[in-house]
Amino acid sequence: MKNFKLSHYLNYIVIAIVGIVFTLLSFTGNVKSLYLLMLENILIAVLLSVSLSIVVGFLGELSLGHAGFMCVGAYLGGKASVLLEGVLGNTLINVIVSMLIGGIIAAIFGAIIGLPALRLRGDYLAIVTLAFGEIVRSIFMNSSKTSFGGSFGLSTPRYDKDYLFIVGFVVVLICLAVVQNMMRSKHGRAITAIRDSEIAAKATGINVTKYKLIVFTVSSFFAGVAGVLYSFTQYNVQSTNFSYNYSIEILVMVVLGGMGSINGSIIAATLITFLDVKLQTVLTGDLAVLQDFLYAIILIVIVIYNNAPGLKNFREGYNLNVLFDKISSRKNNPANIQDDEASWHRVPSKIQIDEVLSTKIQRDPTASIKPDKEGK
Amino acid sequence: MEFLETLINGLSIGGTYAMIALGYTMVYGIAKMLNFAHGDVIMVGGYTIYVILAQTGYPFLGLAAAILFCVLLGVAVEKVAYKPLRGASPLAVLITAIGVSYLLQSSAQMIFGSAPKMVTLVHINSINIGALQIEGHVVVTLISSFVIMLLLTLFVKYTKVGRAMIAVSEDKGAAQLMGINSNAIITLTFAIGSALAAVAGFFMLLKSPSLTNTMGAMPGIKAFTAAVIGGIGSIPGAMVGGILIGIIEAFSLKSAAIAPYTNAIEFLILIVILLVRPSGILGKKRREKV
Repeated sequence: MKNFKLSHYLNYIVIAIVGIVFTLLSFTGNVKSLYLLMLENILIAVLLSVSLSIVVGFLGELSLGHAGFMCVGAYLGGKASVLLEGVLGNTLINVIVSMLIGGIIAAIFGAIIGLPALRLRGDYLAIVTLAFGEIVRSIFMNSSKTSFGGSFGLSTPRYDKDYLFIVGFVVVLICLAVVQNMMRSKHGRAITAIRDSEIAAKATGINVTKYKLIVFTVSSFFAGVAGVLYSFTQYNVQSTNFSYNYSIEILVMVVLGGMGSINGSIIAATLITFLDVKLQTVLTGDLAVLQDFLYAIILIVIVIYNNAPGLKNFREGYNLNVLFDKISSRKNNPANIQDDEASWHRVPSKIQIDEVLSTKIQRDPTASIKPDKEGK
Repeated sequence: MEFLETLINGLSIGGTYAMIALGYTMVYGIAKMLNFAHGDVIMVGGYTIYVILAQTGYPFLGLAAAILFCVLLGVAVEKVAYKPLRGASPLAVLITAIGVSYLLQSSAQMIFGSAPKMVTLVHINSINIGALQIEGHVVVTLISSFVIMLLLTLFVKYTKVGRAMIAVSEDKGAAQLMGINSNAIITLTFAIGSALAAVAGFFMLLKSPSLTNTMGAMPGIKAFTAAVIGGIGSIPGAMVGGILIGIIEAFSLKSAAIAPYTNAIEFLILIVILLVRPSGILGKKRREKV
C-alpha cells in the first residue's frame, strides 16, 4: 500500500459506516419505515446521479434520457422479478438476478444510444437521448395489461422492505468502486481528454468510439440497476414517473454537486432527495412547484457562476477550493493535486494566446526544491 | 377526400411547428445555441393572451400583447441568462437553457396554478368545398403561417438587417469587422423568434383551448426535431421540417393503432435522420476544426 491515500477511500468508508449504522438501528427496531423508504430513495438517487455524472461530468456529453434508462431497468427488471418469483421465490437471489437482468438490458440500450453519440455532439445528442426517453416511456405506457401493465402500471413483488436498503448500500458501493476505479485509471484520463478536446484526443491515439460506448454502457447499466431497485421499493411501477422532468432532476443533482465530482454528486443527490421528501409534506398543491422553481434558479445561477467568462477572476478569487486551499495549504504540495478533482470548468476549451504570451515564466518555488518522498 | 383533409390538417399543424422551428433555427444559426426555453415562450404567450382576453375580451389585443410580452421576455432571457455565457462551453449554455425552461414552467404554475385554463378565442366556421370540409382554425393557421414564413424569408433575404443576420450566422467575427453589431443582431434574433412563438401559441389555443404550464414543452421539442430534420440553422429547412412533422403527425393521429405512438414515431424519425444525415435535409455540413 505504498500509494495509499485515505482521501481516495473516504467516500467508501463514510457510506459503509452509514450503511452499518442504519442496519444496526433497523435490526434493533429504531428506524421508522418512513425513514427507510427515504433512505432507499436517496440510494437510488445516488446511483442515478453518479452514473449520470460520468456521462455529463467526465465525458462532457449531455444526456437527457437518464430516466429512460432507469425506466427500462424498472420495467424489465420488475417483470423479470415477477416471472422469477415462481422459480426463486421472493428471495435475495431474485433481487440480485433481476437487478442484473434490468441493468444489462439497460446497458444494451445505452450502447445503442451511444452509437449516435459517436456521430453527434452536444445539443443533438441531448435531443436524441431526450427522444429515447420519451420513446421508451410511450412504449411502456401503451403496452398491454398482461405484458407491462400499460397505464395501470406494472405490479412488482415486494422484497422485504426493511432489508432492501442494505442491498441498496451494497449496490452503491459497487457502483462507486466501478466508476471511481474507471475514472482514476488510464481509461478515465482518456475519457476526460475526450471531454476537453475530442480532436486532440483522437490525435493522441485515443479510441474515442470505444470510450464513448463504454461510458454510455456503464452509465446506463447503473441507471437500469437503480430502476430495478426502484421497482422493488414500489408496489407499482408507473411510466409517468420516468418523464423528462425526472431526467432534469438528476441533472440538477449532477450540476449542483459539481461537474466531474463524484462525491459532489453523492452529496447533492442525498440533499435533494432529502429535501424532496421533507418538502412533500410542507408544500402541498400548487406550492409544490416552488421546489422546481428553486431548482431552476439553482441550476441557472450555478452554471453561470461556474462558466461565465466574465466572472473568471471573481470565481478564482472566491470559491470553496480556494477556501480549502487556504485552510489546508494542500495546493502547495504538488503531490496532493489529484487529477480527478481537477474541476470541469477550470479546463479552458481553447488556449488563450494572449494569456499565454503575457504569462511570465517563473520557477515554481514549491516544486523540485525538495524532491518528493516517493521520488516522483 | 379524407386523405386530402388529413393532408390539409397536417399542413396546418406543420405551419405551427414551422413557426416554432424558425425560432429555434434562427437562434441556433446565429447564437450557436439550442434555446431549450423556446417552447416555454409559447406557453408564456398563451397565458398573456388568457390574461388580456379575460380583462378586455379582445382576442387580437391579446395576441398583440402576447407578441410584445414574449419579445421582451426573450430579450431579457438572452441578456440575463445566455449573454454572460457567450464563449463558454456549449454544455453550460445548454444546461442554463434547460434551467430557464424549468423556471418559466414553474413560475407559470406558481402564478396560474396547475389546473388547465380554458381560453376560447374566436370561433371560425368551417369551410366546405364540395365534399371537402375543413375546420376554420385550420384554414386560418395554414394561411397566416405561410404568409408569415414568406414575409420572414423576404425580410432575411432583402433587408439590410436580414442580411446582417445571415452574415452573423456565417461568421460572427467577420461580420463584426464589417461593422455589424453582432450583439444587437443576436438580440433581434431572439426577439423575432419569441414573437413567432407567441403567434404559434395563439394558433395552438385556436386549435385546442386548454392552457397549461407545460403546453409549450412537447411542441417545442417537436419543433426542434423539425428544425433538425430540415437542417438546423437553415430557414427554409425549418419550414420543410415543420411541415413534414405536421403531416406525419396528422396521418399518424388518424389511425387508431398508431395514434398513441405518434410522439415515438416522430422521435424515431429524428434519430434515423440524425444517423443517416446529421446535417438534416437542407443543412450544410460543417467540418469540425481545431
